[in-house]
This record gives sequence, structure tokens and C-alpha cells, in this order.
Amino acid sequence: MPQTGQVASALPVGDPAPASGRLPASALEGLGQRPFGIYLHVPFCASRCGYCDFNTYVGSELGGGSLQAGYVDTAIREVRLARAVLGEAAPPVDTVFVGGGTPTLLPPADLVRLLAAVAGEFGLAAGAEVTTEANPDSVDERALAALRAGGFTRVSFGMQSAVPSVLRVLDRTHTPGRPQQAAKEAFAAGFEQVSLDLIYGAPGESDEDWRTSLREALAAGPTHVSAYALIVEEGTRLGRQVRRGVLPAPEDDVLADRYLIAEQLLSGLGWYEVSNWGEPCRHNLGYWRGGNWWGVGPGAHSHVGGVRWWNVRHPQAYTDRLAAGVSPGAGREELSVEDRRLERVLLELRLREGVPLSVLHPAGTAAAARHVGGGLLEPQEHARGRAVLTLRGRLLADAVVRDLTD
Amino acid sequence: MPVRDWNVPTTDHRPTDVASIRNFCIIAHIDHGKSTLADRMLQLTGVVDARQMRAQYLDKMDIERERGITIKAQNVRLPWTADDGRDYVLHMIDTPGHVDFTYEVSRSLAACEGTLLLVDAAQGIEAQTLANLYLALENDLHIIPVLNKIDLPAAQPDKYAEEIAKIIGCAPEDVLRISAKTGEGVPAVLNTIVRDVPAPTGSVDTPARAMIFDSVYDSYRGVITYVRVFDGQLSTKDRGLMMSTQNAHEILEVGVVSPEMTPTETLSAGEVGYVIPGVKNVRQARVGDTLTTVRNGATTSLGGYRDPRPMVFSGLYPLDGSEYPALREALDKLRLNDAALVYEPETSAALGFGFRVGFLGLLHLEIVRERLEREHGLALISTAPNVVYRVVLESREELVVTNPSDWPTGGKISEIHEPVCKAMVLLPSDYVGTVMELCQARRGILQGMDYLSEDRVELRYVLPMGEIIFDFFDQLKSRTKGYASLDYEMAGEQVADLVKVDILLQGEPVDAFSAIVHRDKAYAYGTGMATKLRELIPRQQFEVPIQAAIGARIIARENIRAIRKDVLAKCYGGDITRKRKLLEKQKEGKKRMKMVGRVEVPQEAFIAALSTGQETAGK
Repeated sequence: MPQTGQVASALPVGDPAPASGRLPASALEGLGQRPFGIYLHVPFCASRCGYCDFNTYVGSELGGGSLQAGYVDTAIREVRLARAVLGEAAPPVDTVFVGGGTPTLLPPADLVRLLAAVAGEFGLAAGAEVTTEANPDSVDERALAALRAGGFTRVSFGMQSAVPSVLRVLDRTHTPGRPQQAAKEAFAAGFEQVSLDLIYGAPGESDEDWRTSLREALAAGPTHVSAYALIVEEGTRLGRQVRRGVLPAPEDDVLADRYLIAEQLLSGLGWYEVSNWGEPCRHNLGYWRGGNWWGVGPGAHSHVGGVRWWNVRHPQAYTDRLAAGVSPGAGREELSVEDRRLERVLLELRLREGVPLSVLHPAGTAAAARHVGGGLLEPQEHARGRAVLTLRGRLLADAVVRDLTD
Repeated sequence: MPVRDWNVPTTDHRPTDVASIRNFCIIAHIDHGKSTLADRMLQLTGVVDARQMRAQYLDKMDIERERGITIKAQNVRLPWTADDGRDYVLHMIDTPGHVDFTYEVSRSLAACEGTLLLVDAAQGIEAQTLANLYLALENDLHIIPVLNKIDLPAAQPDKYAEEIAKIIGCAPEDVLRISAKTGEGVPAVLNTIVRDVPAPTGSVDTPARAMIFDSVYDSYRGVITYVRVFDGQLSTKDRGLMMSTQNAHEILEVGVVSPEMTPTETLSAGEVGYVIPGVKNVRQARVGDTLTTVRNGATTSLGGYRDPRPMVFSGLYPLDGSEYPALREALDKLRLNDAALVYEPETSAALGFGFRVGFLGLLHLEIVRERLEREHGLALISTAPNVVYRVVLESREELVVTNPSDWPTGGKISEIHEPVCKAMVLLPSDYVGTVMELCQARRGILQGMDYLSEDRVELRYVLPMGEIIFDFFDQLKSRTKGYASLDYEMAGEQVADLVKVDILLQGEPVDAFSAIVHRDKAYAYGTGMATKLRELIPRQQFEVPIQAAIGARIIARENIRAIRKDVLAKCYGGDITRKRKLLEKQKEGKKRMKMVGRVEVPQEAFIAALSTGQETAGK
């Protein structure tokens, strides 16, 4: 039940990662100076949704429940490895994010134990943001209360849509109305922040369906809403249906219209990232601002001080590695100065705060001026030395990034 | 390394007696077995033994071997003891088998006294063969008709013997029947050559005159010319003189080919062999020219020399602009060996720096392009080919237009002349209707129609050359399931109502897409091209109008709507590496775009539009 897709199904190609997981000293140098996050991946789902290509598994794919039952202990081994690798330089954790998969497929006590392990190894910073993704169907008031009591401060529900026909196309099992109800239960349990994730552009969805979903989501009073365009991925059931012509592929123009509808209805929350509105998720901001984080779990990605690495994908391989005392890292890359510059533009441009013009090369600087003229970048922000997307620019963000990185 | 073959009396100091010489060539269609027959003759006469034999010995270039066609003529000297018990020297001259090389064929024919007319017994005569046959008849060559591949189950030797007999006016039983593959009947062919082909005339005592029927550049030996000596003799003691250019030069070596180059003291009247003239490139030793000696030289040439004249022009551009110098170098190299290749630099706003290249015809174009790509590793875009137009302005000034970009603008044109050709199509009678339709659609004028046999027809048309180079041959093949064959020769020019159609992107003309077409087809070309480009060019951040125009008049319009969404809303979570790699890949793609004004046009769009752009004009 991944919502924001924390861990994709395929891994990049990189250099081999050392068995010890050790990082170069240079990567550890500035560790305390940037926010530090921990991502915890839970790679299990009750069933696989037709559009999903994330690194998650249903019970039958793993041949029994032992991996799932022992998963928290396995993940805790990696948390300890993280502590050992980062050593004394490790700062207290600012943000924790449990994603999946379907984290709430695990009992609340497991998730709380996992969080406790993080707190025990690193300590939580004052006011730390601790999020879990949750399936509206797999939590109830008791579970939410247990999570809240265990230290979680933020919950993100995979709502996707409020329209039954759309939920069916997406293979979502929850009944309409349940996510909104769950949001209310979360507030009642004392959660400070509640997010609802929505998907637009599913085959058969109309503009009006989408408006309905947005209105229903807003009616639950969330502090945060994510709205993602449905992407038809190769190798998914939806991908096959589209290729065979059983279902139509979402059209870009339709997706553009839906995005504008989202912006219209969500403007009260205020956008802070191309697909996100409301009170920012600090953990995700870490990704976009080049922060440091350790990703725990199969296929999870990490970044510390200019070194990116990723874990082996399969839960079995992951478990075996940690049981043998070996780092689950599958590959890594050390970013060059130019890589980091590209990434800054690529990631920061998606944010409301944009990217400083000072990081651009001359060709990119010229492109920025051109895009102000073309209405894709905000003129006032440009005058203040920043490249910030306009509404139309948000829809063409990738094209702007390509030009700004010239 | 040439290997001396002591069976062949090549170092004989005395000139070969003309009475024992027979010079012949083989006229055949592609795939009708010319090379196989030549191979068999080499073996049978002992010039090449079975161990040395490699299939199609005479076709030396890889491209020729692959396509099964001969581009450059080769020649070889064959000793043969005929059935009269006497020894003869046969010179076989291999001829190119394509319409673009008619002139080279004509020079090869002029070097002979007789020719084999080699026809596939399963397929019958083809248009190019027929055209070359007519050429041979004009040259007064003795024709020996031969049906090949009689071992094939599908062979119909009786039917095609009758067809051939009707065409050349002999008796069907005079047509020899052979299998070059098995060797059956090949000795009879050699004996018939000895018996029926006249021996050359000419005397060793007269001033030397030799006709160059092929000229090639060899990177080790320089220019090698293949010649037929008509009068006198040539040796390394002489200084040579090219009569058309009055260019004097050393004679570094003379010799015969059997089948490797073997030096001799002299080459004398009646003989065929090679001369290495000590010149830098093939332009100084041109096919058709008469070679004589500086001292006691001839005063009149053998005649028949013609400057090679390019008929078809196309722009060649490197896909990667930085390869322009490499393209220049490659063309310079090809030019050493190809007197018909002409080119000059040109600049296209859309495609960058390239060359305007002139060719003898479409096959020549294709061969040059392929050699540039294969032998020189270049990736090229070529613009749609065009012919040469003569445009007369109202001021009576005349322009020769080889490039649509040079088409005069403004309304001052008084007359436009386009080249026309006489085309001959041979086809099964079932397809006459559809082929006549095609020819008519291409502004052809029917000149005549003959039945070669009950079910085979020869159609003769006068067609504008410009129509033929617009995928006429492909159309012909597809309409006749491949059964029709085509030959054509230039036949002057005619006045035509032609216009230049420009294609504009966002109001800017894209020179690479301009075409000169008949006024009646301008609309079809314009809409066809505009529609195609709408599909090929990706949506941009702004609306892009595509227009087709004749001068200032817009005749067709399409629109590429502005792209509204170009953002991956999905978040690959912490996998920033993947995001960055995706960006890098997209940027690579962007780099390969050609900018036309502000419009990014993928190279693939240029290639696709140019390669299929031909169809629209013809329909």
C-alpha cells in the first residue's frame, strides 16, 4: 500500500557497496550540520494493487510469514549497523518515516518497538517528526492510540480516491468514507498531523470524480494532502491492461487539467512541493533539500554527505545479509560536485522556495531568464535571485529543470 | 600480391596476334548469374584453380558482393584452346549492371566485338538487360544469346529462348542453354565466342590509341586504368597522353589481368589490359578517354568520350555536426576513385554544415552513402534527392538549380525546364493497368507497348526524371509484386509547371524540407509533409504552427499544440540517483535535438520525414 512510493522496484547501477557499510570520512564530516532522518521500509502488503511497482511483497510471494514475523528484528539490526557506521558523529534524529509497503500490516507494537530502537540508538531530537504511512483499512482507534502513545506524531493515509469506481480500477480495497473516518480517529488519538494521499488520472475517472475526491479529503480536515498523477508503469497489471488496450492510458492534457483542479481546491492548504500541499512533511523536505538520511529495509535508499547507497531489494536477501553481519548495501555512488549541483536544481526546483540562481551555470541562468519571459518562472522571485516555478511551470517542471541544468 | 601464372603467355615480348584475340562482355541482369559464369570461365581456362576460387571472383568491392551487383567493371584475360584445336586469347570485360552506370556500360561495350546476352531461364529478360542489349546492337556487337540456370526446376528455357529469339532476331535453337553453377554448357559458350565473335582489327604499326573503359584508384599503386588498345602499342618506354585533357604523363606499368595484375612489356592493338599512368586521381584518367603516346601520337581520338554529368543531387549532413571534417575527408577519398562524384559545401539552417552532392542516379547515391557510413563510420542525414532544373527568368537570365534553396523567389520566372528520360518497363501483362496508372500519375507519356511474349510486355514512356527519383522504382515493384523491371536514359528536357513548396515551422522555413514539385502536386506534398511533421515533432512549451507555402501563399497548415504537462509527479522516494540519471538521459536526448528557431526537432523526425517525404509527392 505505498502512497508516496518510498522505495521503487528497480535499483540503479552504481559502485559496489562495502560489506561493512563503512562510509568515507568525508561523508561523515558535516553530519551534525544538516537535518538527519531515518526511513524505515516495510516491504509487505496484503495484496498488490494493479498500478503499483514498488518494492513490496504479498505473503504468498515470500512463501510463508516468517520473514514478516521476524522483520522488525531484522530491521533493528540495520538500525544498529547505521549507528555503528555513523559512529559518534551521529546526531539525534529529526525525522522518522515508516513507509511501505503497508507498515500497518505489522502490529502497532512492532512499529513502536522499531521506533524505540531508533530512539535508543540515536535519540530523537526535540520536536522530531515521526510519520507512519497507514492503510485506512488496517488501523482502528486502538491501533492509532497505540502508535501515538509509542511516539508517532504524524500519520499518512493512502486514500487515493473517494469514488468507488476509481478505487476499483486502482484495486483499492477500502470502502469510500473510511479514510476520512480514519483521519478523524487519528486526530482524536492525538496525532498532530494527518496527511491524505490521492491519485488522479485513473482510467475512467472524470474531472468531477476528482473534484469529489478532493472535497471529501478536505472535509476530513487533513493538515497535508499529496496528489500524484497515476503513472502507468511497465510490468504492472495496469501497464499490461493499457498495453493490451483494455484500459486507456492517462492523457497528459487530462492530467494537466486534474492538476489545475487540485491546485484550485487545495490552495487553502498551500503548495510547498509540486505534488504536496499543506504543512510540509519535514522528512520528505530532507530528500528535496539534500539532507542526510539512512534508509532501513530492502531496497531502501540512503544519503549521507554526498554518498548515496541502496540496499538489496529482496526481503530474503536483506535478512540473510544482516543475519550474517554484512551490510545490506547493494550499490553506492559518491556524488561529484556537478552531480550535486544537478541534484540541487532537480530537487529544489520542485519546492515552493525554489532554487537560488547562483547554483546555475551561464546557460542555465540564461534559460531561467527565458522561462520568466515564457511564464514558467516567477518574475519577482527571479528578481530576488531565485528560480521558482509558476503554476504553469509546475506542470512543465522537468522541461525547466533540463534547461536550467544546461 | 599478384601471383604469376606461367600458363599464361603474358611476358611474351611479341604482341599477341590479333587473329587469335576475342574481346567480349556479358550483359545480364542482377542475379542472372553473370558472376557465376565468369567464375566458371576462370576455372575452366585454368586462370584460377579450384583452391583459389572464391565465389564471384571478379566483384571486388564488399558492397558489390553483398548486393550481388557489379558497380565497377573488371576484366580478365583467358587462354583457351578452342574446339578447332587452336589457342586463343579471350578478354572478358565485366560490365556494371545498373541504369546509373549506362555510360560506363557503353564504354565497356565499345571495348568489345561481341557480347553474351545472359538471361535467367526461370525469369526471362529484364529491362536493364534489354536496354544494354540495345546499346550493344547500336555498337554493332555480335550477340551470343545464353540461357542460364537451366538446372532450376522453375526454368522455362523454351519459352524464354523464343522471347530472346524474337528480340534479337535469331532462331530459338541458336540460344545456348547452360548452367553456370554446374558448368554445363560453359565450354560451348567459350567455343561459340571463338567461332562467332570477330577478331579485332588494328595494327601495331599505327600511332597508339587505347580506350579507357575503367579507372580506379588504388591506395598502394595510385590510379589504374583498364584499357582496350585499338591501334599501335603502349609500353613503359612511352610517355602517355590523355586526348580529352591533353594531359601528358608517365606510363609506369602496363599489363594484363589473369586474374591478378601481371606486368607485360607492351599492350598492343586488339589487347585488353591495364595501364598505370602515374596520375593522381581518376579525374585525370577518365573513363571513355583515349590514351595515346606523346611521341608519334594519334591526332584523332576514338570518340565517344563524355564528361560524367550528375543527374541527381542531395544534401548530405553528418548527424553529429562535429563530424563535418570527417565527412569532407571521406568524400575527398571517395572522389579519388569516382570521377562522377561532385560536391560542394552547403549550410542548412536546419541541418548545419554539410555538402551538396551530385550523383549519376539513385543507386550511385545509395552506394556513396553506404560507403560513407560503412567504410568511414559516419552517421548521415540525406535530404530528399532532386534533379537539375534550368530556370529562365523574365529577364532571360538562366539559372541552373541543383538545390531547392537556390530556387529563384519572386514572380520573375518565365520558364522552367526539367530533365526527362525515356523509360522502359518490362512486366507481366497482368500488371499493365496498374503500371500505366502509376506512369500517368507521374506525368508520363506513353511512347509504345510491345508484347515480348504472350504474357510479357515492354512499356515505353517519357517520364520526368524528377518523378522517377521520387520512389518510382519502389512503387513499381510494390505494384507488380516485384516482377517489373525498369530502365531509363536521359532524353533531354521539357517545360514544366513546377513550384517550390516550403515547409515552415513557427513561420520559419526549414530548408531541408523544401521540395520542387509539379504545381498539381504541391498541395498533396504540403499537406502530407505537414501532417507527418505534426506526428514526428514532439509538443513544445508553446504552440507550433506547421505551414506549407508556395512563396508567400500558405497552402496547408497543421498545429502542434503546446505541451501542458512535462513533470514526473511520482516521487521515487529517496532514489534520487534514478531521478538524476533520468535527467541526464533526457538531457542527452535534448542535445540530439536540432533547433529550428525555438523549436526542438528530433533528428529522427528529420530522418523519418525525409525518407518517407518522397511518397507524398508522388501520390
